Amino acid sequence: MTKLIIDGKEIDVPPEYTLLQACEAAGAEIPRFCYHERLSIAGNCRMCLVEVKGGPKPVASCAWGVRDCRPGPKGEPPEISTRSPMVKKAREGVMEFLLINHPLDCPICDQGGECDLQDQAMGYGVDTSRFAENKRAVEDKYLGALVKTSMNRCIQCTRCVRFSAEVAGAPEMGATGRGEDMEITTYLEHALTSELQGNLVDICPVGALTSKPYAFAARPWELGKTQSIDVMDGIGSAIRVDTRGREVMRVLPRINEAVNEEWISDKTRHVVDGLRTQRLDRPYIREAGKLRAASWSEAFAAIAAKAARTDGKRIGAIAGDLAGVEEMFALKDLLAKFGSGNLAVQGGDAFDPALGRASYIFNPTLAGVEQADALLIIGANPRKEAAVFNARIRKRWRAGGFKIGVIGAKADLTYDYDHLGAGTETLGELAAGKHSFMDVLKNAKHPIILVGAGATGRHDGAAILAAAAKLALDVGALKDGWNGFGVLHESASRVGALDIGFAATGGGLNAAQMTTFGTLDVLFLLGADEIKAPDGTFVVYIGTHGDRGAHRADVILPAAAYTEKSAIYVNTEGRVQMTGRAAFPPGEAREDWAVVRALSEALGKKLGYDSLAALRQAIFKAVPHLIRLDQIETGSADQIKKLAGKGGTPEKAPFKPLVEDFYLTNPIARASAVMAECSRLASGQMLTAAE
Amino acid sequence: MSVRRLAPKEVQPASFAFTEENLAFAKQQIAKYPAGRQASAVIAILWRAQEQSEGWVSEAAIRVIADMLDMPYIRVLEVATFYTMFQLAPVGKKAHVQVCGTTPCRLRGAEDLIHVCESRIHHEPFHLSKDGNFSWEEVECLGACVNAPMVLIGKDTYEDLTKDSFGKVLDGFASGNPPKPGPQNGRQFSAPITGPTTLKETT
Repeated sequence: MTKLIIDGKEIDVPPEYTLLQACEAAGAEIPRFCYHERLSIAGNCRMCLVEVKGGPKPVASCAWGVRDCRPGPKGEPPEISTRSPMVKKAREGVMEFLLINHPLDCPICDQGGECDLQDQAMGYGVDTSRFAENKRAVEDKYLGALVKTSMNRCIQCTRCVRFSAEVAGAPEMGATGRGEDMEITTYLEHALTSELQGNLVDICPVGALTSKPYAFAARPWELGKTQSIDVMDGIGSAIRVDTRGREVMRVLPRINEAVNEEWISDKTRHVVDGLRTQRLDRPYIREAGKLRAASWSEAFAAIAAKAARTDGKRIGAIAGDLAGVEEMFALKDLLAKFGSGNLAVQGGDAFDPALGRASYIFNPTLAGVEQADALLIIGANPRKEAAVFNARIRKRWRAGGFKIGVIGAKADLTYDYDHLGAGTETLGELAAGKHSFMDVLKNAKHPIILVGAGATGRHDGAAILAAAAKLALDVGALKDGWNGFGVLHESASRVGALDIGFAATGGGLNAAQMTTFGTLDVLFLLGADEIKAPDGTFVVYIGTHGDRGAHRADVILPAAAYTEKSAIYVNTEGRVQMTGRAAFPPGEAREDWAVVRALSEALGKKLGYDSLAALRQAIFKAVPHLIRLDQIETGSADQIKKLAGKGGTPEKAPFKPLVEDFYLTNPIARASAVMAECSRLASGQMLTAAE
Repeated sequence: MSVRRLAPKEVQPASFAFTEENLAFAKQQIAKYPAGRQASAVIAILWRAQEQSEGWVSEAAIRVIADMLDMPYIRVLEVATFYTMFQLAPVGKKAHVQVCGTTPCRLRGAEDLIHVCESRIHHEPFHLSKDGNFSWEEVECLGACVNAPMVLIGKDTYEDLTKDSFGKVLDGFASGNPPKPGPQNGRQFSAPITGPTTLKETT
């Protein structure tokens, strides 16, 4: 630790700190534009100047190490002042230079109200300009469907250049030209290809990069802000949902170091227009092959009529990727009253919740990857399935000393890896020690075996999962204080469903069996759109969007999307999180659990909870760890041993990519025009790449 | 200085390939740096590409070099647009005249040379003359102040110019036999115009 005196206050900081960090630790606020905690240091905006005693001129605190400060003549600790007249004058000078070329268009700028430059000009700006010349004019650049540019406003902090090169791993942005004529652009204005490009808008300290879909839509101060959780993937990124009236205007990231740091994927951010279109706002009944609008009581009566004639064992339910724990729990209770254990969550057939949590969660934890020193990815493409987590893998890879092997389809993951093979054969060879990567895993202190949903989603998924668990045991991925076996789920609902036992129980059918012709008479789809219901089955679709499931349905019960309800979701590492209600469901739609509760009464199998609180009481009684929000109930190594012991022979076939189109993975995204445009752009890029 | 952009699509060649000799040069440059640091060779290789393709760097060349050095395209474009000695648009086939316009040359008559360029080549810098053989630009100090005013054509400097002697230099390039580089007023290097005044005696 190093002693410093900052503004007359003595403070002890680690020697690797920069002065800026030290000043912040001492409670001083340092203005900055180019400095960002998660990016490399550029030191080019000069806004963070502070005075170091004994120095002839102010220094840029972001680029000045605590180590570099010299003690006073008698060995006193270095003295730094952040509020001296010299500092104030220097910062005012910097601000004047920054504003020389900055247009005065704050009233029409989307950044207005949340602009670093605007805020800091309040502190260090002057009210007049001494600059009589013409301001510089810069052509606006095309950067794709999500990022709108207004390059006159750019102050060339290069945060966007560093973000795309370092965090996103798609080094497409750069600064061409020099001096006053420096311009931020992509190569020949090609559209950005990163799944994290929306974050460029957040890190831009001025209004040069703004959100294209959100352009001129609202002002920050007129928005209601609700803290919530994202459900577009299994990561459960922390988000803030901004609403105006009943309408969700935008989604922004919140900082959660354990999950998403401060990034979110483009799907998370820009899916919001999908919440307004294709919505199911009233119940529908299929009559003579056509869906017609109906009232709730009509819809319930139609289901009751069908259910009364049906054997309870021939009723089943499949939950989709966006289902919350509450509605799945209520639906499970309802089916239990019929004596049915035909329960499944999409893509969950390979998992057996009876084995224990460790067999289906990402045990090393998302943040834990930063301690790992070897990673084996089996049948997953983290870039598509968990874009934000992929950025963390890349962060670890950039730090060095991190070997990555991939079994599965080759893809650009933004980091280097050894491609070991395409399918289960390679997994077998690896387990038999016939591959050099086995030594890497064995010698690693903290290896991670990551099994993707592309592997477990296959019909032999259980065998692959067991083989992967066995491999994890063989390489010593399970030891004191480290559990390196992890399943990366791409869906927000799956871990929650497995936690409450929303899976085939008591001889019930799994999803594959339920979707086979002739096994079921009544099938409840809880927002499950990615499965094909068999012909001849009476399908009740409880969901939000007129997507595949609704097209097939015989009765549609409209429900609430994730921004319209408070629901518990469990992310892929087993972290329990709760969404917040930011808006209300449209029309006659109701929250999912309430729909199930009302239906239970119509079916004569009344569920015993009349409020969300009562339902949660029941959930917490059955599954106590769900009450501990934002915490992970860890699994034990024994559970993985049990899983490994299950054995089975995987079929010899290559792993197929699970996510074909990153932008269109769920009903909300498929309803979104912005996602459709992104998908079109991305497929165009894939075409040119294949040529 | 002005915004530097690549030449319009119409004049860009569709492809670029190094000659064998230049490819060998590029490999030699790359070998100078440790493995993984091959990007350090970018300036040397860009320069060769410029020499090979008639004095300017095309978009195709930027892509070829980026692929060769395993760099993102934008990084090579950054370098090519940063350094003003990389020409991004076609230059005169016979000569691209770089007139020094910094203070010493200005004081000694660089303005006259610029007027010659404007009247004989094109009234704007970075534009080809009608026959496509000449182009010109004004550059910052080229370090021959003692022989001001001067111009740089290709790798050679022509110094101590006047309107007339500069005209002769251009005539020489136009006819295909350029004059001898160096002072154009009979002076020996940077020795006094009246001849050497010191170190006359040899022992």
